[in-house]
Amino acid sequence: MMTEISLNVLDITENSVKAGASLIKISVEADTAKDSLVIRIEDNGCGMTPEQLSKVTDPFFTTRTTRKVGLGVPFFKQSAEMTGGSFDISSTPGVGTSICAAYVLSSIDRMPLGDMVSTMHQLIVMHHQCDFLYTYTYNLKSFTLDTREFRETLGDVPFDVPEVSLFIRDFLKENTDEVNSGQDLI
Amino acid sequence: MKSLAELKAIRDKMQGQVGLRAESEAGTRVIVGMATCGIASGARPVLNTLSDAVMTKNLKDISVVQTGCIGLCQYEPIVEVLEPGKEKVTYIKMNPEKALEVVEKHLIGGTPIYDYTLQKAMK
Repeated sequence: MMTEISLNVLDITENSVKAGASLIKISVEADTAKDSLVIRIEDNGCGMTPEQLSKVTDPFFTTRTTRKVGLGVPFFKQSAEMTGGSFDISSTPGVGTSICAAYVLSSIDRMPLGDMVSTMHQLIVMHHQCDFLYTYTYNLKSFTLDTREFRETLGDVPFDVPEVSLFIRDFLKENTDEVNSGQDLI
Repeated sequence: MKSLAELKAIRDKMQGQVGLRAESEAGTRVIVGMATCGIASGARPVLNTLSDAVMTKNLKDISVVQTGCIGLCQYEPIVEVLEPGKEKVTYIKMNPEKALEVVEKHLIGGTPIYDYTLQKAMK
């Protein structure tokens, strides 16, 4: 198992990148009144065939050749279901893949959300070819980061120059703190 | 609060300088395993530490990239250093502190740290 939900998000989103997605939408929505934490990851990558999709939650299925197990999706699924939540994955070849993991927020078995700032920062800076639309919502207060806006503003200046990388990290941190009122979602 | 105006100011300052850090095939490549096994073992802070250090120390001709699973899951987090004309060095069971040491002693100092390598573990 991963130690925090944000690591599952990083791992699963790497699959979207490998699937050739040009736009990946990630949302984290926590609502204490509904006692829920919902994570959605949606990409426009190559998608999966119905046969691949039917096996994707099986830990002994993988498309890799370096090992015989594929634990990413099963880990994510189990982390949500063990809280009494749910997990859905749908995919269409040539269109993309959508994943929704819903957690019971107050469940003692829910792992911490963890460091979403590092996860998003790393995804954005390491994958120039992809755009990310990230929304973080906590009790109806939210912020959105859209790398397409950043790209438009920056012109040909890439995301991995120190000043831009630092800006992206600070943007994520400041806005997350603002939405959370400085309380990390543990 | 950070704004797009601030990003525009960065662009105005950086224009004309871009391309300086363009990845060079002739340069050193630092490769971090970022599959499920790597991430579960702590590769995220290792990759962050390496890319931050290479950026802040302005190390030219060194690129930090990521890869998938190379089949040595029990040794993750794994960092490979490929320098032109030299044998590949594979560091295993890395953490941010060890990664910083690799930056100082290997990438800057030119001497690999044998104690952290796969080669030592296989002996």
